[in-house]
Amino acid sequence: MSASAIDASGAVLDRDTKVARARSWAWDRLPLGRIALRAAALAASLVIWHLLASSRLDLGLVTFRNVPTPAEAARAAWALLHSPKLAAHLGASLARVLAGFLAAFAVGVGLGLAIGRSRLARDLLLPPLEVLRPIPAVAWIPLAILMFPSSELSMAFITFTGALFPILLNTVHGVEAVNSRLVAAARSLGAGNGAILREVILPGAAPSIITGAAIGMGTAWFCLVTAEMISGQYGIGYFTWESYTLQNYDDIVVGMLLIGLLGMGSSLLVRRLGALATPWTGAGAKR
Amino acid sequence: MSETAREGRITITDAAIRLGQRGAAFDVIEDVSLTIPGRQFVCLLGPSGCGKSTLLGALAGHLALSRGRVAVDGKPVDGPHPERGIVFQQHTLFPWKSVVDNVAFGLKMKGIATAERLAQARDYLALVGLDAFADRYPAELSGGMQQRVEIARVLINQPRVLLMDEPFGALDAQTRQTMQELLLDVWARLPTTVLFVTHDIDEALFLADRVLVMSPRPGRILDDFPVPFDRPRHRDLVVDPSFARLKHHCLDLLRPRRKTHPLPRLTPLGLPPQTASGIPA
Repeated sequence: MSASAIDASGAVLDRDTKVARARSWAWDRLPLGRIALRAAALAASLVIWHLLASSRLDLGLVTFRNVPTPAEAARAAWALLHSPKLAAHLGASLARVLAGFLAAFAVGVGLGLAIGRSRLARDLLLPPLEVLRPIPAVAWIPLAILMFPSSELSMAFITFTGALFPILLNTVHGVEAVNSRLVAAARSLGAGNGAILREVILPGAAPSIITGAAIGMGTAWFCLVTAEMISGQYGIGYFTWESYTLQNYDDIVVGMLLIGLLGMGSSLLVRRLGALATPWTGAGAKR
Repeated sequence: MSETAREGRITITDAAIRLGQRGAAFDVIEDVSLTIPGRQFVCLLGPSGCGKSTLLGALAGHLALSRGRVAVDGKPVDGPHPERGIVFQQHTLFPWKSVVDNVAFGLKMKGIATAERLAQARDYLALVGLDAFADRYPAELSGGMQQRVEIARVLINQPRVLLMDEPFGALDAQTRQTMQELLLDVWARLPTTVLFVTHDIDEALFLADRVLVMSPRPGRILDDFPVPFDRPRHRDLVVDPSFARLKHHCLDLLRPRRKTHPLPRLTPLGLPPQTASGIPA
């Protein structure tokens, strides 16, 4: 805890500088020079991609013969943008990711609170979850098809498995990190178990839960291509995989970039919503 | 349970507390018996780790006795209760609640309607001179202001006893003096029994009606003497010869008999947490 000015003067601590440092990954607070540097890094990546793809470089172990150039990818993206199918692809993928993510959020936060608060719940739930955790999304596909009557449900389930663990583990961590003195103070002020969960544990763990949700949103998109291998016709992941089977190599890259952008955008959205839900962490709070 | 008078009388009978797991368990306090009449301001003075905070934790209901009993107004302590308010040294305001919502928390737990509890909370904030900061978050306040909010948050429950665990220990000397005077001022207006733990002799003598001196672990009561100075008290008191005499007496009692290693500070919640959660013990 940082020292404070004499309190009789009503001095208020200014922790803005600390907050800015903690958020240095965010672009909007960077000095212009560093923004330029980051933009240059992106541009350089494009140039390298162009050089590798246009020269059809073949290194033996890896070959760029079938990789489209940025210009080809851009043309394909432009074509997709004007295709009536784009909305259907996007809509299908968004619905699946959202369904999987929301289910993972509800289950992850619920189980995380239980595991973090109760030793019995921890002993009962953690061992099976630890076994399930390393199983990759793709390994779930056959069982998901067998378990769920509709392919939509099995696809949502695959994205659910991706989002669940980051949310669950971050919730557990957040609950455990709540200062026991806060809980004791609440009890001495007349709070029962329910009130402690609502008024102390949940807000105390909220920043950690939000971090988990942002990561989970990213991993949900991560699992989307895997999930949409099951799909019959629509979805960005399906579009990417179909482009490969139809040898539309330009579209593969378009699909990949689209997933990347959507994943990044929705994670950012989760963080923004999270910041709105936890106003105390912005105003020079020390946690 | 019969209806008891709300006077805040504390009785401790043959109390002992053990902390730690099986093999490593040790007696923190032993054979403590005392009675504190209602409305008295008592300071519990002792070296670091002697168990004075542990005794406070038992009164608050956060720690169980291994022997004996503690009661307030004849009612045995069997868990935390808003009638036994406790103020810790630091870090117990809810960072996600504004100052006024922190103070109103106890009333919210009693189910009092929002408008009513916020109005009362503002009154108590005015009592500690912080009505202008009602809508800030705790992290926006200095350490001394945060402790004033703590005091207001506990007093709004109109506790029979106010338990304070080195509440000003983390403050700088100047803020500390301001807070001591503020506490006496508030206590004069809302008389409640105060049990105030400190290892600062000046603080104990300046505040208390009565001082209890505890021995190093296992803690016992070494001495129990009244502090006869008039109230309201002024800062000049600390240079008074009679104040110096009492201070000498305390220094003699607290002087280590043999070379011992300083003990780690205990908290009203028991042993300091072993997990590396960054909480200073």
